[in-house]
Order: sequence, then structure tokens, then C-alpha cells
Amino acid sequence: MKPERTHILVCTGTGCVSAGAFDIMEALKTEIKKHNLQEEIAVVPTGCNGFCENGPLVLFEPEGIFYRRLSVQDIPFLVEEHCLKGRPVPSLMYTPPKEKSPIPAMKDIEFFKHQRLVVLRNRGRINPERIEDYIAFDGYMGLAKALEMSPEEIIRQVKVSGLRGRGGAGFPTGTKWQVCREQPRTPKYLICNADEGDPGAFMDRSVLEADPHAIVEGMIIGAKAIGAEQGFIYVRTEYPLAVQRIKKAIKQAEENGLLGEGILGSDLKFTLSVVRGAGAFVCGEESALMQSIMGHVGRPKQRPPFPAQKGLWGKPTNINNVETWANIPQIILKGGEWLAGLGTENSKGTKIFSLVGKVNNTGLVEVPMGIKIREIVYGIGGGVLGGRKFKAVQTGGPSGGCLPESMLDMPIDYESLKSVGSMMGSGGLIVMDEKTCMVDVARYFTDFLAHESCGKCFTCRKGLERMLEILTNICEGKGKEGDVELLEELAIMVRETSMCALGQTAANPVLSTIRYFRDEYDAHIREAICPAGFCKALITYSILEDKCVGCGACARACPVGAISGEKKQVHNIDTGKCIECGACAEVCKFDAINIA
Amino acid sequence: MAKLKIQDLKRIRDESKRTVLLREGTARAKVTIHMGTCGIAAGAREIMDQVLRLVEKHNVQDVMITSSGCAGMCSHEPMMTVEYRYTAPVKYIDLNKEKVTKIFEEHVLNGEPVPEYALGVGSESMY
Repeated sequence: MKPERTHILVCTGTGCVSAGAFDIMEALKTEIKKHNLQEEIAVVPTGCNGFCENGPLVLFEPEGIFYRRLSVQDIPFLVEEHCLKGRPVPSLMYTPPKEKSPIPAMKDIEFFKHQRLVVLRNRGRINPERIEDYIAFDGYMGLAKALEMSPEEIIRQVKVSGLRGRGGAGFPTGTKWQVCREQPRTPKYLICNADEGDPGAFMDRSVLEADPHAIVEGMIIGAKAIGAEQGFIYVRTEYPLAVQRIKKAIKQAEENGLLGEGILGSDLKFTLSVVRGAGAFVCGEESALMQSIMGHVGRPKQRPPFPAQKGLWGKPTNINNVETWANIPQIILKGGEWLAGLGTENSKGTKIFSLVGKVNNTGLVEVPMGIKIREIVYGIGGGVLGGRKFKAVQTGGPSGGCLPESMLDMPIDYESLKSVGSMMGSGGLIVMDEKTCMVDVARYFTDFLAHESCGKCFTCRKGLERMLEILTNICEGKGKEGDVELLEELAIMVRETSMCALGQTAANPVLSTIRYFRDEYDAHIREAICPAGFCKALITYSILEDKCVGCGACARACPVGAISGEKKQVHNIDTGKCIECGACAEVCKFDAINIA
Repeated sequence: MAKLKIQDLKRIRDESKRTVLLREGTARAKVTIHMGTCGIAAGAREIMDQVLRLVEKHNVQDVMITSSGCAGMCSHEPMMTVEYRYTAPVKYIDLNKEKVTKIFEEHVLNGEPVPEYALGVGSESMY
């Protein structure tokens, strides 16, 4: 048996899997076997690397060479050239936009260079379905240390670390654990909130797919600290790969004596089970989530009493987000002070952001708190897609708000984002350019929230419905003077009279867009114009006489036959037939299609 | 699978040291065997096999074995470059089984180059 000299780490997060990562893995194994290299080269599946725009991707270690956008057809050549003949293949490497030469080493690529991996430290590095891989990189050593600590000492370390809830609310984790520990009633429960309902957010999914044991270890440590004997991981069923991997991790932990009775030979006892949620954003809210676990309809309940005091079946329950739990093993292993050395005064540690929208490098990034928005968008993100002008960044999902260009140099932390009308939320960062209509953004999030409202509170249920009506009218050119003021009044009313955070934060997308982009609302209402050229009812497609050469490409592309014209003559769009699909603009090589 | 104790965690971690170093890209020494079509024709694959067996025989965990393409000096194939950390890389030429064993035991394991087998000092860029 020859010792291995190369590991090919194949990204198998959901993004890459849907682009064919499993087929690529099989092709790699087949080709390697063909050249009789299977003893020296191992093909290892790993979790999401975060550079999702470039999937399917693989990493060759120990050289650290990064290949991206692979297809099965590339593999025979890749294996023959790199594995057999030792020649890396530049055509399959990453070349930054506007540059000519590829960057072979992953550590030199801008996207990866500026990140600080704490929660995601094992991404792209271990096979998430092998507990031995997790242990190889110090897995369960945090638990080993915790077993020799007292519960009070464990909680003290969590407090020293300054860890705050990563689900969005940012409540100090150590304090929550302390409150739960001090409750006299038993039994106590632990919950991991993996419902992740924000549209476009996939941080929790990636952690579960890349490093499920980190959650298991974190929760066992929590069990020791709080005195719980049973835990639940509530995962949305729309994450089949994450569900599969966490279930496998739990099973492996049980088989190895890391869950159940006598954990690691101590007298600690803890069991974990997976509960699947489905199709309800509101079930990510802690009190609704607990109702769902107990088999009731997911509707939030009045707090206080808080879950730490009275949760599942009336007993003290500590519920934390996936990212929060994943920080725990390292806090215990390296000490709370270590995490407190990262981040800002009030927001310690790192945060995972899903950087999406009109940005070049979309994907998952983990950065220390306090980093400026500009650094994320331009440094890691590689700037706005297509070189267009930056307009806004939306943070915090449906609970957050939009921030304009003037805020690009603001450091990201819990307090700073709240002070400008947004919030951290679960970590969504949507980049918007000049072609994004901010009124439509408000409409989109309000539509989402109106549908996901559980309906219990009249103001949330009816208020969001009315707000959606008004916003839709504005987008369709039917807005009236006074609509913006009415929207503001309704939004504030929904915020102040809703029982749970869905309603309480629903005002943010609307109020922040009104605050920073009032001119767009006014243009829609007073002039029936959409400045971004997006709202279909307010834009007209026409052909510019001075640019059109009469090639006919647009007429051929038009799905409804709205364009007519003679060869080499200026063409014409019949606005009565035009459905504003944009197909003509996409095929025109002369910039002759005018959208206004 | 047996119920693990803390000592078992440490044992599994130590057994996986080679994997860890491989994936983290840290090593005490790096051996690059020059392949390319000419290298392979001159016997570079056999050299690679021999080096891997030496790794196994001496149970080394922290040595990186990689390959690169043709180095350009086809008349001196098979060749390999040894980089022992913090020291200058050395290119070895006109290799055979005996030379490889000596180079491995003296330079790769002990950090002492073997001048009589070397062409010169310096490494090539793989890309």
C-alpha cells in the first residue's frame, strides 16, 4: 500500500452538488484508477467552500491548487495532466474578472484571502461524513476539556468570549445559558435552530453540510453546562443534504460513545434527535419553533416567560442558532479570551455572511466583526457585477433594511447596523446596482412577510396585506400622493403592535428604503417613472434610431412578435404587444434598445 | 465501533497526522519529482513509487511528495528537487534507485544535501 501523496478535495455542498459534483467525483475516481494512481491519490468529498459562483470546484492538496467550473468532460484531461504528468492546468483555474492570468493557489485568491474562518474552519478540508476526519482536526477535544470543567466555568468562558446569538437577535449567549442553568425545574432541553428561513441565506445549511460534528460537540458541551439531557436539532426539510449529514453525524457520535450514556467515559448523559420543519418562515422564531416541535401549529407565544425559563413542555429550554453552537467547541478548547480577541468592542468573534446579488464573487464568507461593508463588497466580493454602479446593500434578510453608498465605510456589528435602520439578522448581504428598483425591493420583502405571517396578530396580518397592496400599486403606476406617508404609518403600527419578531421587524425594508431612496418612491408616484428601469408597468421599450442598423436580431428574439422592420432599416417596437421581457435588449449588439 | 475515551481521541488524531499535514499543506520537506512525458519515459514514475515506499518504510508523516511537469533538461532525466524547510531547494539529476535512497535518507530525513548528485540550487515554479 503506497502512502497517499495528494488529496483531491471535492466540494459537495448543495450548490456544487446541484451542478454535478457527485458526477465529477466519480469521474475523478475512474480516471485515477485508469492510470493506476488510486493508492497515492485520494478523492475526498467535503462541505461547501463558499465560492459558490465558481462551482463545481476542487482543491488539490498539499499544493493548494484550486480548480473551478469543472464539468465531467474536463476530468480525463485534468487527471492525465496534473495527477500523472504533474502539470497543473491553467485553463481550469480561477482568473479574476478583467485579468489575464489565472491564480493557481487558493490562498492567493482575493475571495479567500481576507476571510477569517472560525465556524467554517473545516470547510473544504474534511469529509463531513467521517468522524475520524473531524477528530483529526481537534474535533471533540473541546468536549474532552469541558468534561474536566465545572458547568459554571464553562458558562464563564462563553461569557468571556462575548458570543452573541448568531440567529439575528444578538442576545449574549453566556447570559442565556446562565439563566437556563439557574432554573430549578427539570428536565431541561437544548434546541439548535436550523430552520434558516431568510430568502437567500445558506450559512446554517453550509455549516451542517460541511461540519455537522461541530454542532453535536457544541450541544454536548451545552448539555454539561446547563444540565440538559435531551436536545433537538430543528432543520427545515428543504435542506435534504443537511438533514442527511447531521443525522449521520449523530449516529456516528452515538456509535462512538459521544452521545447517550457515559459520554467519553464520564457520567454525562445526552441524546440528540432531528426534527424537520417545513415551509414556514415563522417557525424559525423560537416560540413558534417550540410549538412545532411539540406537534402544534407554529404560532409564536407571548414572552416573557422566555424559553430559558419555560420552553418545551413548560420546562427550561436553551435554544441557539447553528452558528452560535458551532462557535462553542473552539471557545472551550482555546478559551473565551481567544474569541474575544476578534471583532469589535460589543460584537466579538466572526460572522458568516451570504454575499449574493449583483456582485462578482457570490458565496459564503466568514469575516471578523467590524469589517467595513466596502471591504466585503469590493475586496472579497470583487465589486459590482458587470462594473455597474453600486446602489445599496440589503442586510438581515426580510428583517433588515437597505443601506446606500454613503454607508459603505460603516463597520459591521450588531449596534451599528441597528443604528442606521437595518440589522445583522442571520447574515444575508444582498448587493444591488443601479438597475435595482428599491420600491420593488420593499415590495418583494413585504410580499414574503405577508405570506409568512402566522396571522395571529391583527396588525401584522392585515397591516402587511395593506402595505403590500400599496407597494404593488406604486410599482404598477397606480400610486397616489400620500401613499408613502400611509406606508410609514402602517409600518410603524405593525412594528409596535406585533407579538413576534416577524411583525416587529417587518417595517425595516419599507422604512429603510423610504428613508434613503425617497426619490424613487416619488418618481413612481408623481411621474409614473421607474428610475431603475425595472417596474414593467412603468417602462417602455423603444428602439433608438441613431443606433439601430436593422440587423433584425431583436425581431427574431421577440417571443410575441412585437418588433417589425425592413432589413437594414430602423426597426420599431409595438408597445401594445410588448411584454417587456428584455429578450431584444439581450441580443442587440448595437445598444439600440432603450428602456425608460 | 467501540465507545471512545479521551485517550482514543488523541490516538485517532495522531494517526491522522499525515492527513492533517497533507490538507493543511505544511511539511518539513517537499520532494518534487519531475514528470512530463520525457520524465515518465526516463523512469520518473518508478522514482515516484520508490519515494513513496521510502516514506512508508521510514513512517514519515510530514514530508510532501508532489510532481511537476518537464523541467527542461531532458538529457538529465529522471530528476527530483528536494526542499528542506528554511533551506535552499536542491535539484538532483541523473537519478537511479541507489541515489534516490541516499538522497532521501540524508537530505529529506536529515536535512543534509548530497552535493555529488546535485545539478544546482533553486526550484522551478509549477505554474
